[in-house]
Amino acid sequence: MAWFKRNRKPIEANADRASRVPEGLWAKCPSCAQILYKKNLVANLSVCPKCAFHFRLSAADRVSSLLDGPWTEHDATLASTDPLDFEDTKPYKARLEAGTASTGLRDAVIVASGHLDGYPAVVAAMEYGFIGGSMGVVVGEKITRGIERAIAERIPVVIVSCSGGARMMEGTLSLMQMAKISAALARLDRAGLPYVSVLTDPTTGGVTASFAMLGDLNIAEPGALIGFAGPRVIEQTIRQKLPEGFQRSEFLLEHGMLDTIVDRRELKATLSRMLRFAGARRDAAPPPGPPPANEPDTTDTETEVDAPEPGPSEAEAPAPAPKGELTEPPPSDQAT
Amino acid sequence: MPLELLEFEEPIGILLKEIEALGLLPKTPEREREIAELRDRVGSIRRDLYANLTPWQRVLVARHPSRPNTLDYVALLFTSFSELHGDRLFADDHAIVCGLAEHHGTPVLVVGHQKGGGDTKEKIFRNFGYAKPEGYRKALRAMRLAEKFRRPIVVLVDTPAAYPGIESEERGVAEAIALNLREMAMLSVPIVVIVSGEGGSGGALGLAIGDRILMQEHAVYSVIPPEGCAAILWRDANRKMEAAAALRIGASDLRDLGVIDEIVPEPEGGAHTDPTAAATLLDEALTRALEELARDSPALRLDRRYDKFRRMGSVGLVENDAEPAAGEG
Ligand SMILES: [Zn+2]
Repeated sequence: MAWFKRNRKPIEANADRASRVPEGLWAKCPSCAQILYKKNLVANLSVCPKCAFHFRLSAADRVSSLLDGPWTEHDATLASTDPLDFEDTKPYKARLEAGTASTGLRDAVIVASGHLDGYPAVVAAMEYGFIGGSMGVVVGEKITRGIERAIAERIPVVIVSCSGGARMMEGTLSLMQMAKISAALARLDRAGLPYVSVLTDPTTGGVTASFAMLGDLNIAEPGALIGFAGPRVIEQTIRQKLPEGFQRSEFLLEHGMLDTIVDRRELKATLSRMLRFAGARRDAAPPPGPPPANEPDTTDTETEVDAPEPGPSEAEAPAPAPKGELTEPPPSDQAT
Repeated sequence: MPLELLEFEEPIGILLKEIEALGLLPKTPEREREIAELRDRVGSIRRDLYANLTPWQRVLVARHPSRPNTLDYVALLFTSFSELHGDRLFADDHAIVCGLAEHHGTPVLVVGHQKGGGDTKEKIFRNFGYAKPEGYRKALRAMRLAEKFRRPIVVLVDTPAAYPGIESEERGVAEAIALNLREMAMLSVPIVVIVSGEGGSGGALGLAIGDRILMQEHAVYSVIPPEGCAAILWRDANRKMEAAAALRIGASDLRDLGVIDEIVPEPEGGAHTDPTAAATLLDEALTRALEELARDSPALRLDRRYDKFRRMGSVGLVENDAEPAAGEG
């Protein structure tokens, strides 16, 4: 099996590049309505400095926020053949192309390796901008290869979920990715290697019902929508309004489904402590500078920060809305 | 009780009514002949209908209220069934049944979704086959017993979905399913999965990891119910027929895609027309699968099970080396 590598540019604080973002010099916080200077927002890991609302991060920014310097992306060229020749109101192939055009990715996940605060690790981050972060055969294969790589190199796995669930347009093959990834995680588990699942807004459907809930530690960002069935489906089933805060991170913590909720600005430091507890191998001293949690390391603008933008957004890539309610239903299994 | 007919079976319904009417008249040799002819026509129409089922009609057959359910097959395929109840954590979920049983004299563990045939009361008792977290946890508890005592596991899959309700989420249905996916991958005893009715997304998969995935001819297995898919992608639940076709959820499609290993034929007109014959056909495939798997060592079985799921989806992958056309801003 060939590994296709693509080296990402080293992360450097580059004010010029951040300011080059054509639109969205300013962003409005959907939670507290504060008008934020986007450069400051990005430097704060896309967390509102006033109310700590967590904007959605792109997969590339997420990986950059967790790994120390340059990182290597694996299997970036892996793409879907549209195995069912699926077409609804438009061909699935067109949706794939639109996803690539808006994210620069071939599918809804980046799998990378690098150092997390000095610990060699495989980090996977899902890309909500690519068909709602939905999981089809490419996501399943890339994550599975990432886990197998971690087993071979005896290093930890961190998966950051951000997904509506299994992708409908690849049918039952998408469903089977849940089984495939879980089987690989079983081997990782039996090899005694650590796996931390990070659940971000939203994590639902078949992603929650497989790898997102299988971490040795399951940790979530604050206020994230996390569940199996989508809230609309549940409302239709029980024919009543859902209680406030239902299926949010805090609700899950209270019901015993999460180990902890961590502010994004503390995420890297938290993961580092967890990997130390798990006895992970630490190669290098972390790079000099302030503690990683405070490091403004999301200035890589290769993929734009997913902040609200003026103008229409693609149906497949809805801009984040306050309280995580989707403006468009994602084409994945949770929305039934 | 007369068999409930599906909408597309209406031509059969008309003939059956004619037969019934003739049966009420005094018997004459001529009338008997007429009835026999009508019965033949029912048979040939049914054969034609079932040989050319549309994808949506397959869904209707898989959900047929008279289709044999898990406990029907338990009675027909096994002896000495003793049900095991409860997850030892919260409750006994009636939408999933587990039990010790014997298959041609060999002890096995049977696990399956139970939709509840018969009256509405029974269906409600079974929550229409929508399992809650405690159902999946009960199943795992029972399967660990099978592992401990080295007994094969037979799984029957027939559920619309895991129960989408508040208590399911509160008690972590996603975690319960996820854990089954991971742990079933590591059970060293033979596991034969039979998709016998509706394979409804994660709720089905949560019991459906095994060494052999058999699927009955008219069962379906899908990532989402066609109605839900239509509601999201077409924004119109009435487009369910198109969704059913697009999702490729029938047995022959899924065999071609590598999701299932073997299609188990059903009697003409579907398993519901003759449950005993359906069970006989199923038993042939099940017996063969169990015999084959018993020959392998546990380590080999585990490797093969891993490889089997590892390959799923390969059919849809390609290395695309062209630079993606990244959109600016
Ligand atoms: Zn704010």
